[in-house]
Amino acid sequence: MAKIIVVTSGKGGVGKTTTSAAISSGLAMRGHKTAVIDFDIGLRNLDLIMNCERRVVYDFVNVINGEATLKQALIKDKRCEDLYILPASQTRDKDALTKEGVEKVLNQLSDDGFEYIICDSPAGIEHGAFMALYFADTAIVVSNPEVSSVRDSDRILGILQSKSRRAELGQTVEEFLLVTRYNPGRVENGDMLGVDDVQEILATTLLGVIPDSESVLKASNQGLPIIHDKESDAGQAYQDAVARLLGEKVDHRFLSVESKSFFQRLFRRSA
Amino acid sequence: MSIFDYFKSSKKNTASIAKERLQVIVAHERSKRNQPDYLPALQQEILEVIRKYVSIDQDQIDVQLENNGDCSILELNVTLPD
Repeated sequence: MAKIIVVTSGKGGVGKTTTSAAISSGLAMRGHKTAVIDFDIGLRNLDLIMNCERRVVYDFVNVINGEATLKQALIKDKRCEDLYILPASQTRDKDALTKEGVEKVLNQLSDDGFEYIICDSPAGIEHGAFMALYFADTAIVVSNPEVSSVRDSDRILGILQSKSRRAELGQTVEEFLLVTRYNPGRVENGDMLGVDDVQEILATTLLGVIPDSESVLKASNQGLPIIHDKESDAGQAYQDAVARLLGEKVDHRFLSVESKSFFQRLFRRSA
Repeated sequence: MSIFDYFKSSKKNTASIAKERLQVIVAHERSKRNQPDYLPALQQEILEVIRKYVSIDQDQIDVQLENNGDCSILELNVTLPD
Protein backbone atom coordinates (compact mmCIF):
# COMPACT_ATOMS: atom_id res chain seq x y z
CA MET A 1 0.00 0.00 0.00
CA ALA A 2 1.19 3.47 -0.84
CA LYS A 3 1.59 5.91 2.01
CA ILE A 4 -0.68 8.91 1.45
CA ILE A 5 0.74 12.20 2.73
CA VAL A 6 -1.24 15.42 2.65
CA VAL A 7 0.54 18.77 2.66
CA THR A 8 -1.95 21.18 4.18
CA SER A 9 -2.14 24.41 6.19
CA GLY A 10 -5.52 26.11 6.14
CA LYS A 11 -3.98 29.48 5.34
CA GLY A 12 -2.81 30.28 1.83
CA GLY A 13 0.64 31.40 0.78
CA VAL A 14 2.56 29.62 3.53
CA GLY A 15 4.42 27.25 1.21
CA LYS A 16 2.26 24.16 0.65
CA THR A 17 3.07 23.79 -3.05
CA THR A 18 6.76 24.58 -2.50
CA THR A 19 6.77 21.92 0.22
CA SER A 20 4.86 19.37 -1.88
CA ALA A 21 7.32 19.83 -4.73
CA ALA A 22 10.33 19.60 -2.40
CA ILE A 23 9.17 16.62 -0.35
CA SER A 24 8.00 14.59 -3.36
CA SER A 25 11.27 15.33 -5.19
CA GLY A 26 13.24 14.42 -2.06
CA LEU A 27 11.48 11.07 -1.70
CA ALA A 28 12.02 10.29 -5.38
CA MET A 29 15.70 11.30 -5.16
CA ARG A 30 16.06 8.64 -2.49
CA GLY A 31 14.66 6.07 -4.89
CA HIS A 32 11.06 5.91 -3.68
CA LYS A 33 8.47 5.82 -6.43
CA THR A 34 6.40 8.91 -5.68
CA ALA A 35 3.36 10.64 -7.15
CA VAL A 36 2.41 14.21 -6.31
CA ILE A 37 -1.18 15.32 -6.89
CA ASP A 38 -2.35 18.92 -7.16
CA PHE A 39 -5.76 19.18 -5.44
CA ASP A 40 -6.14 22.90 -6.11
CA ILE A 41 -8.86 22.58 -8.74
CA GLY A 42 -9.20 25.77 -10.76
CA LEU A 43 -5.95 27.25 -9.45
CA ARG A 44 -3.34 24.76 -10.60
CA ASN A 45 0.21 25.77 -9.74
CA LEU A 46 2.21 22.69 -8.84
CA ASP A 47 2.97 22.24 -12.56
CA LEU A 48 4.70 25.65 -12.62
CA ILE A 49 6.75 24.96 -9.50
CA MET A 50 7.83 21.62 -10.99
CA ASN A 51 8.47 23.03 -14.45
CA CYS A 52 6.03 20.82 -16.34
CA GLU A 53 3.31 23.38 -17.13
CA ARG A 54 3.79 22.97 -20.87
CA ARG A 55 3.51 19.21 -20.71
CA VAL A 56 0.02 19.08 -19.16
CA VAL A 57 -2.41 17.30 -21.47
CA TYR A 58 -4.82 15.56 -19.14
CA ASP A 59 -5.49 16.28 -15.49
CA PHE A 60 -6.81 14.82 -12.24
CA VAL A 61 -10.48 15.53 -13.06
CA ASN A 62 -10.12 13.97 -16.54
CA VAL A 63 -8.96 10.76 -14.84
CA ILE A 64 -11.80 10.81 -12.31
CA ASN A 65 -14.35 11.36 -15.10
CA GLY A 66 -12.85 8.59 -17.20
CA GLU A 67 -11.87 11.00 -19.99
CA ALA A 68 -8.24 9.90 -19.73
CA THR A 69 -6.35 7.05 -18.16
CA LEU A 70 -4.12 7.65 -15.16
CA LYS A 71 -1.13 6.72 -17.27
CA GLN A 72 -2.03 9.39 -19.84
CA ALA A 73 -2.42 12.08 -17.20
CA LEU A 74 0.68 11.39 -15.10
CA ILE A 75 3.64 13.58 -16.08
CA LYS A 76 7.05 12.05 -15.55
CA ASP A 77 9.44 14.45 -13.84
CA LYS A 78 12.49 15.36 -15.92
CA ARG A 79 14.84 15.49 -12.94
CA CYS A 80 13.82 12.51 -10.83
CA GLU A 81 13.45 9.07 -12.29
CA ASP A 82 10.82 7.94 -9.76
CA LEU A 83 8.61 11.03 -9.65
CA TYR A 84 5.27 11.61 -11.38
CA ILE A 85 3.00 14.65 -11.26
CA LEU A 86 -0.78 14.61 -11.55
CA PRO A 87 -1.85 18.18 -12.34
CA ALA A 88 -5.06 19.79 -11.15
CA SER A 89 -7.80 20.66 -13.58
CA GLN A 90 -8.42 24.29 -14.46
CA THR A 91 -12.19 23.79 -14.41
CA ARG A 92 -14.18 26.11 -12.19
CA ASP A 93 -16.38 23.28 -10.99
CA LYS A 94 -15.09 22.81 -7.45
CA ASP A 95 -17.18 19.71 -6.92
CA ALA A 96 -15.41 17.88 -9.73
CA LEU A 97 -13.55 15.94 -7.05
CA THR A 98 -15.66 13.21 -5.50
CA LYS A 99 -14.66 10.95 -2.63
CA GLU A 100 -15.16 7.89 -4.83
CA GLY A 101 -13.20 9.42 -7.70
CA VAL A 102 -10.27 10.44 -5.52
CA GLU A 103 -10.22 7.05 -3.83
CA LYS A 104 -10.19 5.30 -7.20
CA VAL A 105 -7.15 7.29 -8.36
CA LEU A 106 -5.30 6.76 -5.06
CA ASN A 107 -5.97 3.01 -5.17
CA GLN A 108 -4.80 2.78 -8.75
CA LEU A 109 -1.57 4.62 -7.93
CA SER A 110 -1.04 2.25 -5.05
CA ASP A 111 -1.66 -0.77 -7.31
CA ASP A 112 0.81 0.66 -9.84
CA GLY A 113 3.56 0.37 -7.25
CA PHE A 114 3.78 3.92 -5.98
CA GLU A 115 5.27 4.03 -2.47
CA TYR A 116 4.32 7.60 -1.62
CA ILE A 117 1.45 9.79 -2.77
CA ILE A 118 1.80 13.46 -1.86
CA CYS A 119 -1.48 15.40 -1.90
CA ASP A 120 -0.92 19.14 -2.35
CA SER A 121 -3.93 20.72 -0.67
CA PRO A 122 -5.52 24.02 -1.67
CA ALA A 123 -5.84 26.73 0.97
CA GLY A 124 -8.98 26.99 3.04
CA ILE A 125 -11.21 24.30 4.52
CA GLU A 126 -13.55 23.90 1.56
CA HIS A 127 -14.21 20.81 -0.52
CA GLY A 128 -10.82 20.62 -2.28
CA ALA A 129 -8.88 20.88 0.98
CA PHE A 130 -11.15 18.27 2.55
CA MET A 131 -10.67 15.88 -0.37
CA ALA A 132 -6.88 16.31 -0.14
CA LEU A 133 -6.76 15.37 3.54
CA TYR A 134 -9.57 12.82 3.74
CA PHE A 135 -7.55 9.75 2.71
CA ALA A 136 -4.27 10.78 4.34
CA ASP A 137 -2.18 8.43 6.49
CA THR A 138 0.20 11.25 7.32
CA ALA A 139 -0.27 15.01 7.35
CA ILE A 140 2.39 17.66 6.99
CA VAL A 141 0.91 20.88 8.36
CA VAL A 142 2.82 23.84 6.96
CA SER A 143 2.84 26.92 9.15
CA ASN A 144 4.57 30.28 9.15
CA PRO A 145 5.62 31.70 12.54
CA GLU A 146 2.76 34.16 12.42
CA VAL A 147 -0.55 34.30 14.33
CA SER A 148 -3.08 33.72 11.55
CA SER A 149 -1.13 30.84 10.07
CA VAL A 150 -0.71 29.09 13.43
CA ARG A 151 -4.38 29.47 14.25
CA ASP A 152 -5.43 28.06 10.87
CA SER A 153 -3.01 25.17 11.32
CA ASP A 154 -4.74 24.29 14.56
CA ARG A 155 -8.09 24.34 12.74
CA ILE A 156 -6.74 21.94 10.12
CA LEU A 157 -5.35 19.65 12.83
CA GLY A 158 -8.83 19.55 14.35
CA ILE A 159 -10.35 18.58 11.00
CA LEU A 160 -7.73 15.85 10.51
CA GLN A 161 -8.57 14.49 13.94
CA SER A 162 -12.33 14.44 13.39
CA LYS A 163 -13.23 14.35 9.70
CA SER A 164 -10.56 12.27 7.95
CA ARG A 165 -11.15 8.67 6.93
CA ARG A 166 -8.74 7.47 9.60
CA ALA A 167 -10.66 9.45 12.21
CA GLU A 168 -13.90 7.86 11.01
CA LEU A 169 -12.30 4.43 11.39
CA GLY A 170 -11.15 5.28 14.91
CA GLN A 171 -7.51 5.54 13.80
CA THR A 172 -5.18 8.51 13.92
CA VAL A 173 -3.50 10.45 11.15
CA GLU A 174 0.22 10.84 11.78
CA GLU A 175 0.75 14.59 12.11
CA PHE A 176 3.87 16.62 11.45
CA LEU A 177 4.52 20.32 11.71
CA LEU A 178 6.71 22.06 9.15
CA VAL A 179 7.55 25.67 9.97
CA THR A 180 8.45 27.68 6.88
CA ARG A 181 9.68 31.26 6.25
CA TYR A 182 11.59 31.13 9.53
CA ASN A 183 13.81 34.06 10.29
CA PRO A 184 16.11 33.30 13.27
CA GLY A 185 17.27 36.90 13.49
CA ARG A 186 13.75 38.18 14.01
CA VAL A 187 13.08 35.41 16.52
CA GLU A 188 16.14 36.48 18.51
CA ASN A 189 14.93 40.09 18.43
CA GLY A 190 11.56 38.99 19.77
CA ASP A 191 9.70 40.01 16.61
CA MET A 192 8.80 36.51 15.45
CA LEU A 193 7.37 33.45 17.15
CA GLY A 194 10.07 30.88 17.82
CA VAL A 195 9.72 27.34 16.56
CA ASP A 196 9.39 26.11 20.17
CA ASP A 197 6.44 28.43 20.70
CA VAL A 198 4.67 27.28 17.52
CA GLN A 199 5.30 23.67 18.42
CA GLU A 200 4.06 24.20 21.97
CA ILE A 201 0.81 25.78 20.76
CA LEU A 202 0.11 23.15 18.12
CA ALA A 203 1.48 20.18 20.14
CA THR A 204 2.66 18.37 17.02
CA THR A 205 5.90 16.59 16.09
CA LEU A 206 8.30 18.93 14.32
CA LEU A 207 9.28 17.68 10.87
CA GLY A 208 11.46 20.61 9.98
CA VAL A 209 12.11 24.33 9.97
CA ILE A 210 12.67 25.94 6.59
CA PRO A 211 14.53 29.23 6.86
CA ASP A 212 13.20 32.26 5.03
CA SER A 213 15.50 32.29 2.05
CA GLU A 214 15.93 34.19 -1.18
CA SER A 215 16.77 30.94 -2.90
CA VAL A 216 13.13 29.74 -2.65
CA LEU A 217 11.86 32.46 -4.99
CA LYS A 218 14.84 32.02 -7.30
CA ALA A 219 14.06 28.31 -7.52
CA SER A 220 10.35 28.80 -8.19
CA ASN A 221 11.16 31.38 -10.88
CA GLN A 222 12.92 28.60 -12.74
CA GLY A 223 10.54 25.78 -11.92
CA LEU A 224 13.17 24.04 -9.85
CA PRO A 225 11.94 22.38 -6.64
CA ILE A 226 14.08 24.02 -3.94
CA ILE A 227 15.36 20.68 -2.65
CA HIS A 228 17.52 20.42 -5.80
CA ASP A 229 19.42 23.54 -4.70
CA LYS A 230 21.93 21.80 -2.46
CA GLU A 231 23.79 25.04 -1.74
CA SER A 232 20.81 26.79 -0.18
CA ASP A 233 19.88 26.49 3.48
CA ALA A 234 16.20 26.02 2.53
CA GLY A 235 17.08 23.16 0.19
CA GLN A 236 19.18 21.50 2.89
CA ALA A 237 16.43 21.97 5.45
CA TYR A 238 14.00 20.16 3.11
CA GLN A 239 16.55 17.34 2.68
CA ASP A 240 16.59 16.97 6.46
CA ALA A 241 12.79 17.02 6.60
CA VAL A 242 12.58 14.20 4.05
CA ALA A 243 15.08 12.17 6.09
CA ARG A 244 12.95 12.67 9.23
CA LEU A 245 9.82 11.72 7.29
CA LEU A 246 11.55 8.44 6.51
CA GLY A 247 12.24 7.92 10.20
CA GLU A 248 15.86 9.09 10.37
CA LYS A 249 17.06 11.08 13.36
CA VAL A 250 18.48 14.35 12.09
CA ASP A 251 19.25 17.42 14.20
CA HIS A 252 17.43 20.62 13.28
CA ARG A 253 19.61 23.22 11.58
CA PHE A 254 19.33 26.91 10.67
CA LEU A 255 17.55 27.75 13.94
CA SER A 256 19.95 30.50 14.97
CA VAL A 257 21.61 33.42 13.29
CA GLU A 258 24.93 32.66 11.70
CA SER A 259 27.62 34.41 13.66
CA LYS A 260 28.48 37.31 11.44
CA SER A 261 29.13 40.12 13.87
CA PHE A 262 31.80 42.64 13.06
CA PHE A 263 34.25 41.25 15.61
CA GLN A 264 33.75 37.67 14.57
CA ARG A 265 34.38 38.58 10.96
CA LEU A 266 37.49 40.40 12.04
CA PHE A 267 38.78 37.44 13.99
CA ARG A 268 37.93 34.97 11.25
CA ARG A 269 39.82 37.04 8.76
CA SER A 270 42.89 37.28 10.95
CA ALA A 271 42.78 33.60 11.87
CA MET B 1 23.30 48.37 20.16
CA SER B 2 22.38 51.94 21.00
CA ILE B 3 21.11 53.03 24.36
CA PHE B 4 17.60 53.33 22.90
CA ASP B 5 17.63 49.70 21.85
CA TYR B 6 18.50 48.78 25.42
CA PHE B 7 15.32 50.40 26.70
CA LYS B 8 13.24 48.97 23.87
CA SER B 9 14.31 45.43 24.64
CA SER B 10 13.16 45.77 28.23
CA LYS B 11 9.65 46.23 26.86
CA LYS B 12 7.58 43.15 26.18
CA ASN B 13 8.44 41.80 22.74
CA THR B 14 5.75 41.24 20.15
CA ALA B 15 6.47 37.52 19.73
CA SER B 16 5.48 36.81 23.32
CA ILE B 17 2.28 38.82 22.83
CA ALA B 18 1.58 36.68 19.75
CA LYS B 19 2.16 33.51 21.73
CA GLU B 20 -0.17 34.53 24.55
CA ARG B 21 -2.93 35.56 22.14
CA LEU B 22 -2.60 32.31 20.23
CA GLN B 23 -2.69 30.19 23.38
CA VAL B 24 -5.95 31.84 24.42
CA ILE B 25 -7.74 31.64 21.07
CA VAL B 26 -6.54 28.12 20.26
CA ALA B 27 -7.69 26.82 23.66
CA HIS B 28 -11.06 28.52 23.16
CA GLU B 29 -11.53 27.08 19.67
CA ARG B 30 -10.46 23.60 20.76
CA SER B 31 -13.06 23.59 23.52
CA LYS B 32 -15.76 24.31 20.93
CA ARG B 33 -14.40 21.78 18.45
CA ASN B 34 -15.65 18.70 20.21
CA GLN B 35 -19.16 20.00 20.52
CA PRO B 36 -21.91 18.51 18.37
CA ASP B 37 -22.89 20.26 15.14
CA TYR B 38 -26.44 20.94 16.35
CA LEU B 39 -25.31 23.25 19.14
CA PRO B 40 -25.36 26.55 17.19
CA ALA B 41 -28.85 25.74 15.85
CA LEU B 42 -30.01 24.77 19.34
CA GLN B 43 -28.63 28.04 20.69
CA GLN B 44 -30.43 29.99 17.96
CA GLU B 45 -33.78 28.30 18.65
CA ILE B 46 -33.53 28.78 22.42
CA LEU B 47 -32.76 32.43 21.72
CA GLU B 48 -35.90 32.74 19.59
CA VAL B 49 -38.04 31.28 22.38
CA ILE B 50 -36.61 33.56 25.06
CA ARG B 51 -37.02 36.57 22.76
CA LYS B 52 -40.78 35.98 22.77
CA TYR B 53 -40.76 37.07 26.39
CA VAL B 54 -37.59 39.09 27.02
CA SER B 55 -35.55 41.20 24.66
CA ILE B 56 -32.00 39.79 24.60
CA ASP B 57 -29.10 39.85 22.19
CA GLN B 58 -27.25 36.98 20.51
CA ASP B 59 -24.26 37.32 22.84
CA GLN B 60 -26.36 37.20 25.98
CA ILE B 61 -26.93 33.50 25.61
CA ASP B 62 -24.28 30.84 25.97
CA VAL B 63 -24.78 27.11 25.40
CA GLN B 64 -22.06 24.68 26.47
CA LEU B 65 -21.94 20.93 26.38
CA GLU B 66 -19.58 19.36 28.88
CA ASN B 67 -18.63 15.72 28.87
CA ASN B 68 -17.84 14.13 32.21
CA GLY B 69 -17.18 10.49 31.57
CA ASP B 70 -20.46 8.80 30.70
CA CYS B 71 -22.66 11.81 31.40
CA SER B 72 -23.00 15.02 29.41
CA ILE B 73 -24.15 18.31 30.87
CA LEU B 74 -25.90 20.84 28.69
CA GLU B 75 -25.30 24.20 30.30
CA LEU B 76 -27.43 27.16 29.33
CA ASN B 77 -26.50 30.66 30.45
CA VAL B 78 -28.82 33.54 29.70
CA THR B 79 -27.97 37.05 30.81
CA LEU B 80 -31.22 38.94 31.29
CA PRO B 81 -31.17 42.71 30.92
CA ASP B 82 -31.83 44.81 34.03
